[in-house]
Amino acid sequence: MIVLEKRPQPSRAWSYATPLVAVLATMVFGGLLFAILGKNPVQAIGTIFWEPLFGEFAFYYRPQLLVKGAPLVLIAIGLSLGFRAGIWNIGAEGQYIMGAIFGAGAGLAFYPLDAWYIFPIMVVAGAFGGWLWATIPALLKVRFGTNEILVSLMLVYVAEQMLASVSLGLLKNPEGFGFPGSRNLQSYESAHNAELIAGSGMHWGVVAAFIAVIFAYVLLNRHMLGFHIRLTGEAPRAAKFAGVNPARLILFCLGISGALAGLAGMFEVSGPSGQISIDFNVGYGFTAIIVAFLGRLHPVGILLAGGLMALTYIGGEIAQSQLGLPAAAIQVFQGMLLFFLLAFDLLTNFRIRAARSEVA
Amino acid sequence: MTIPLLSLQGLTKAYPGVVANDQVSFDIGEGEVHALLGENGAGKSTLVKMIYGLVKPDSGTMKLRGNPFAPPEPRAARADGIAMVFQHFSLFDALNVAENIALGMENPPPMGDLASRIREVSETYGLPLDPFRTVGDLSAGERQRVEIIRCLLQDPKLLIMDEPTSVLTPQEVDILFETLNKLRSEGTSILYISHKLEEIRTLCDHATILRLGKNVGECVPAETSARDMAEMMVGSTLQTPERSGRELGEVALDVSGLSVPSPSEFGTALRNVHMTVRKGEVLGIGGVAGNGQDELLGVLSGEIPTSADAIKFKGQAIGKLGPTARRKLGVLTAPEERLGHAAAPDMSLTENALLTGSVREGLEKNGFLKWTETRSFAEKIIEAFDVRTPGPENAARSLSGGNLQKFVIGREVLQNPDVLVVNQPTWGVDAAAAASIRQAILDLAAKGTAVVCISQDLDELMEISDSFAALNEGRLSAPRPTTGLTVDEIGLMMGGAHGMEVAHV
Repeated sequence: MIVLEKRPQPSRAWSYATPLVAVLATMVFGGLLFAILGKNPVQAIGTIFWEPLFGEFAFYYRPQLLVKGAPLVLIAIGLSLGFRAGIWNIGAEGQYIMGAIFGAGAGLAFYPLDAWYIFPIMVVAGAFGGWLWATIPALLKVRFGTNEILVSLMLVYVAEQMLASVSLGLLKNPEGFGFPGSRNLQSYESAHNAELIAGSGMHWGVVAAFIAVIFAYVLLNRHMLGFHIRLTGEAPRAAKFAGVNPARLILFCLGISGALAGLAGMFEVSGPSGQISIDFNVGYGFTAIIVAFLGRLHPVGILLAGGLMALTYIGGEIAQSQLGLPAAAIQVFQGMLLFFLLAFDLLTNFRIRAARSEVA
Repeated sequence: MTIPLLSLQGLTKAYPGVVANDQVSFDIGEGEVHALLGENGAGKSTLVKMIYGLVKPDSGTMKLRGNPFAPPEPRAARADGIAMVFQHFSLFDALNVAENIALGMENPPPMGDLASRIREVSETYGLPLDPFRTVGDLSAGERQRVEIIRCLLQDPKLLIMDEPTSVLTPQEVDILFETLNKLRSEGTSILYISHKLEEIRTLCDHATILRLGKNVGECVPAETSARDMAEMMVGSTLQTPERSGRELGEVALDVSGLSVPSPSEFGTALRNVHMTVRKGEVLGIGGVAGNGQDELLGVLSGEIPTSADAIKFKGQAIGKLGPTARRKLGVLTAPEERLGHAAAPDMSLTENALLTGSVREGLEKNGFLKWTETRSFAEKIIEAFDVRTPGPENAARSLSGGNLQKFVIGREVLQNPDVLVVNQPTWGVDAAAAASIRQAILDLAAKGTAVVCISQDLDELMEISDSFAALNEGRLSAPRPTTGLTVDEIGLMMGGAHGMEVAHV
């Protein structure tokens, strides 16, 4: 019989190895899945992981990695702070939408004025929008003890309705021939989140993501607040004994994750996407949850995980168009990644041992 | 020479990384009360689990009245007349006494018959118990009676009792001992596991002492001093804590009219608690577990806020201050539950040193952490309190209970508190470590710290405290000087036998 034995302390080696093992296992079982679908597994896996980086059209796909990865990392960093403390913000998608609406709204309010301060104002407005949306579940939790998972998730759907409403109403492009959606911010220079180096994919959101990684790293490893976040997640009673104010921590964690998600939305709407439209959001807020866990809730891990996730997105799209793989198969493939990660995660705290069966 | 009831020969049981029992041999005679003595982790539990059929020995044999005895499971052991009262009760709160007992039987008789048998047994052995009372309403002592009666209904030849007195008041202990004596006089043998030496001296005929899984000695408890037995358990000479005569200073901690509801659903509310502790004084607070000890510690640590004036530190109202603000003033606490309350299990000792040490040891500056200083603070605790660990980077949960307790107490003691509140400072700690923790508390008091020591170990409280008070259902009795206090008086302060009448047989 196989038994699991708790390790005296978490294995450091395994906590680094599990993401790699999980990726390998995903490749093996994903390949198996593709083989069952009648595709060449080696070619399919190669397309997903190789093509975007080193393939013939890599010059086009590489910048896309930054464009897709940046919002994932930015949102996941914020979420990871809360997750570390056992505060579950599942509604980053809604905060992302609200950040975009506030950011775009602030920019469009100045249209067609041309001034240097418009973009910074949009940045602040975007962060504020996301913060506001995340502070609703935070206040309800602190004041009435509601479950932040449910409230933040439901606010995603409210935010989607707001998005539809402003696309058709408040922010609708007056010169848009009646089509839903706002003016394109890409063609309004003062509000455009342009690439810093043309053709690199590097826009302000990418810069913000890198800054967020560094900020989170310093916070968690060098600052009392970060220590309190980790302590609350590991032993809530000990945290209370240490003097952590749970209410303040909830407001901070939800607030900061909302603000970062809002920033991601703002950078997206003013850059790659360009305009507010009904189908503006594509699920970054939910995928970021996977990214946060794939990165072991560690800032550097999240940076790598965000890159990997972006890779499977882009590679998946290539595989869809070149090999005719169904979109669902790609989603299963991405799901496998999280599944294997969580499964192998067990080995960090437990070791597997063969044992004779024994009473008691 | 008569054949002993149960004879153990060379019992050995190894778990990965540790030999729990190594060649243990001893005999239990008919009608004998045999004590099994040893520190935590000495292998007492493993040994009785083998006798009760819960664990199979790797090697060695057992003989019951001369016949080979190797119970594959507890049911077989019970069929052979072995019964066991566990330290932790397995009773359903919502059911009544008779129903609980019926659940543990192979073929329960009709409820009416069972109830009358329960009455009969309980009267015979001086354990009054109404079979139709709901278990949820019973005190710890009464619950234990349910377990004992459940065993007695099987008419056992050997009754194993694992730390039976840890949940009882002195009066309840007396009742229990009368019962056990009566059983002995009828020829039932008892294997009595405990580390309370005085109890063993009054009750037991014979004692076997285990240390690190080995049988290290036998003695007749009545003829051996408690000190000698303790030294056999520990394997070294014990230091008795020394109290130097000292003058008590002004009042450091003043609690008056303190009433708070418990934050937990199953907790005990504190009701109108009054106490004052002077500089240099050790106030011992006794009482059976679950009478408000956790709440009292929470209130003093700042985890449970109260009205500002209910708690005063050197005249300053601190009832509304949180743990950090109180630490800054010099009011430090060490909770009972080590893993998860006093320390974070998966965090390193360095991080756990930061947990309460950040304010007074200056381990942060503008919110930024000084890891080098924190690490040396952790190292200082490890060295000063002889914490056995490879180093401060190890996780708290990798330490044994006793070692972690030394770390937790040491962390507070080294911060030079003005007031120190500890809950169960030596719970689960071996005798040598317990002695050093008590000495550290006394040394602190000698330097002028006001100490509140909450404990269920009365011997400990008598040893270190200047005055004694008891918590009973959230009420604190008026503190009295420890000198001259008798065990009977203490028992009455603790609430006597919780309203149970001593049945005279």
